[in-house]
Amino acid sequence: MASHGIKDKVAIVGMGCTPFREHWHKGTDDLLVDVAQETFASAGVEKADVDAYWLGTAMSGMSGITVARPLKLHDKPVTHVENFCATGSEALRGAAYAVAAGGYDVAMAVGVEKVKDGGYQGLSGAGRAPTDGTGRSLTAAAMFSLVAPAYAKKYGVDEAELKDVLARIAWKNHHNGARNPRAQFRREVAQETICNMPRVAGPLGVYDCAGVADGAAAAIVVRAEDAHRYTDRPLYVKALSLVAGTGSGVIDPEYDFTHFPEVERCAADAYQQAGITDPRRQLAMAEVHDCFTPTELVLMEDLGFAERGTAWKEELAGTFDLDGDLPVNPDGGLKSFGHPIGASGLRMAFEAWLQLRDEAPPERRVATAGERTLALTHNLGGYPGEMVSFVGVVGSELG
Amino acid sequence: MRGILSYSSYVPYRRLARSAIAEVLGGAPGKGTRSVASYDEDTTTMGVEAARLALDTAPGGRQPDELWFATATPTYLDKTNATAIHAALRLDSDRPAVDMAGAVRSGVGAFRAALSSTNAVLVVTSDMRTGLPTSADESSGGDGAAAVLVGGDADGPLLASYLGGASATEEFVDRWRAPGDMRSKVWEERFGETAYLPLGERAWNDGLKAAAVTAEQVDRLVVTGTHARAVRGLAGRLGTSKEALVDDLSTTVGNTGTAHPGMLLASALEGARPGQVIAVVVLADGADVLVFRATDAVSSFTPARPVAAQVEAGGSITYGKFLSWRGLLPVEPPRRPEPERISASAAARSEDWKYAFVGSRDRSSGAIHLPPARISMKGDAVDDMEPVPMADIPATVVTFTVDRLVYSPSPPVVFAVLDFDGGGRFACELTDVDADELSIGDRVEMTFRRISSGDGIHNYFWKARPIRIPRS
Repeated sequence: MASHGIKDKVAIVGMGCTPFREHWHKGTDDLLVDVAQETFASAGVEKADVDAYWLGTAMSGMSGITVARPLKLHDKPVTHVENFCATGSEALRGAAYAVAAGGYDVAMAVGVEKVKDGGYQGLSGAGRAPTDGTGRSLTAAAMFSLVAPAYAKKYGVDEAELKDVLARIAWKNHHNGARNPRAQFRREVAQETICNMPRVAGPLGVYDCAGVADGAAAAIVVRAEDAHRYTDRPLYVKALSLVAGTGSGVIDPEYDFTHFPEVERCAADAYQQAGITDPRRQLAMAEVHDCFTPTELVLMEDLGFAERGTAWKEELAGTFDLDGDLPVNPDGGLKSFGHPIGASGLRMAFEAWLQLRDEAPPERRVATAGERTLALTHNLGGYPGEMVSFVGVVGSELG
Repeated sequence: MRGILSYSSYVPYRRLARSAIAEVLGGAPGKGTRSVASYDEDTTTMGVEAARLALDTAPGGRQPDELWFATATPTYLDKTNATAIHAALRLDSDRPAVDMAGAVRSGVGAFRAALSSTNAVLVVTSDMRTGLPTSADESSGGDGAAAVLVGGDADGPLLASYLGGASATEEFVDRWRAPGDMRSKVWEERFGETAYLPLGERAWNDGLKAAAVTAEQVDRLVVTGTHARAVRGLAGRLGTSKEALVDDLSTTVGNTGTAHPGMLLASALEGARPGQVIAVVVLADGADVLVFRATDAVSSFTPARPVAAQVEAGGSITYGKFLSWRGLLPVEPPRRPEPERISASAAARSEDWKYAFVGSRDRSSGAIHLPPARISMKGDAVDDMEPVPMADIPATVVTFTVDRLVYSPSPPVVFAVLDFDGGGRFACELTDVDADELSIGDRVEMTFRRISSGDGIHNYFWKARPIRIPRS
């Protein structure tokens, strides 16, 4: 038994991504129609050419009919997937594995979330099974806020210094997002402004938190050997790894809130699938799940981009800036885009699609893209201690 | 011989300075403080706290044969409130749990009935006293609970044996409240006084006769009731020494109504020496007199948490917060969805976890699981767990955060990760705490609270709070 992966068996040949916005005038159906049309056009296919669909949405609908009805998909197998905030990546994984298995020639992964119809700020609409009332009801911001002081204490980082580090992460992602027309927030934000925002949970201020938006993104996948029928520049799937944690971190006294074991294991599996041994130097870029600034900090270590206890220094040194050693969240990340749950994972893949194919605009093109051909997307759901983690790697070349 | 086997009071943490009322609404500033139940407490949860403490010191860890719960402020009607206390205490299912609810007199009535029973009865009395802003009930009332384990000398050493008592009853309207109303109304004060005084004197004389003691022989006298002027008047007419009168806690706790006879009895017992005669007089729709004699056992008995220590350990609350907690000053809730009602069947399945905070321990690895699990997180053993009661285990704060976004009846929520002494980790809300006084490494204990309410169903579970008084 092993996680063999499907390296170079499947290629992405078309992608689409709506602007992420407060789409007061567009519903789930509109977002799905918009992104599907863009994606079909990108791959040069008609909807009838797509043999099967994987729909990722956490709270905007149930069943495959959520996409089959607005797109009028006639007699197609449509699978609805949900895996917390990694839902979009899960849709891609399902579609890619089905094509790799030989079940279909062409499959579409589409992720959508209509968050802003809920009437509340933040994410709140996820349906829950009836419970005995003993579960936690904390916000994600509060759960992730536990990470910052734990990290500072473990590595002897002064609290004020850590605040600067976290502000630097937010600053970087807003800097990148300001150069992305699809991003929701397109203004650079001064670090001083970030630091001076009122606290919402623990040490986290408003700018330490990802925004909320509506949006959709999609990809069309085919067998690798068929890829050039659709595009000259396909992206080959190198790794798609998923770990759903046991939820033991929140009840295990050994867990210290300075790392995410699910991400570490998921990354190790993905690197093994892709044959990556030195991610910091092999990857051209990474899109990671920056739901809160301390999350991105810790992810740099969990994903092997920085040694344990050093990510805070690397952030300050600009290692993960657009022109750094390994650009992270060149599209602006969740910070600039907001987080339509079902769409975010595919939005990350969309940036890899642009960057590795030289389609990213010059003002945010990563310096590493010419020499390196691999990009990583990392998508997580849940909380420290109780987490789903996805790591995917795509590349512009076979082998 | 019947009597008292164990007892405890519970005084909630918060104190409202009576002068704070006048600062907002004018009038003569009141003196002293009153106790205030937290926004996540009700008469049931306070009853649980008092009962847990009383059973701590029950002889031989004895379970009561029955649980009686008396309150004038029941959380539920139709549905029994005592069953939640029964569940929190993990009493066997063959021990009945019943409410004696509605009137303040139910409290002393439960004691009377228990003293004439043949079973060991845990009498839990609890109350929250509320009135409209500036009312006498608002400022002189208090919140709290008392639990007394009543039994026979065969059940264990009695701390005080019951010598006898008496009762006098008449129908007259002095104080009343319609179901659903948050305030009581009272008749003109002099009428009640003239009705109560002869009833009190009659019951007192009959009670002394039944107990075969004289007024001069009473060493500790508790007088309480629903009519302050009548209570004061009667106390001066009973012929006991002035020193005998036990502090009625009016300047610190306030009058906790149904719970007050038990709370003052606890206070009287805590200062009692062997052989002393303790008399309890309660004026509530009549008069009840109970006379006890402290036994030798009282001198070696250490209450789990003395009343005086609990009175001492209070923390302040602003008048505005008090009003909002009472529902008298609605404040803007966080803009988050309100909690949904819990599932009755799911709650019933997890009774031991939800109501008694019982986790499970993997027999092979020793790993403690909160909530209980079937498959171990260490070693993956299947169905090899034993129940592990955690409610009475102290814990240490590993880390904590303040959530200013999440829905709470009293934001912000202080949330902490706890490691229990001897193993086990749990993350939960803290209560009775001000965020700026909390530090990593602080010691906390579990407390039974009302987490939320939805569709009229109250969601009871456990939170943690700082340990301010060591539990002996």
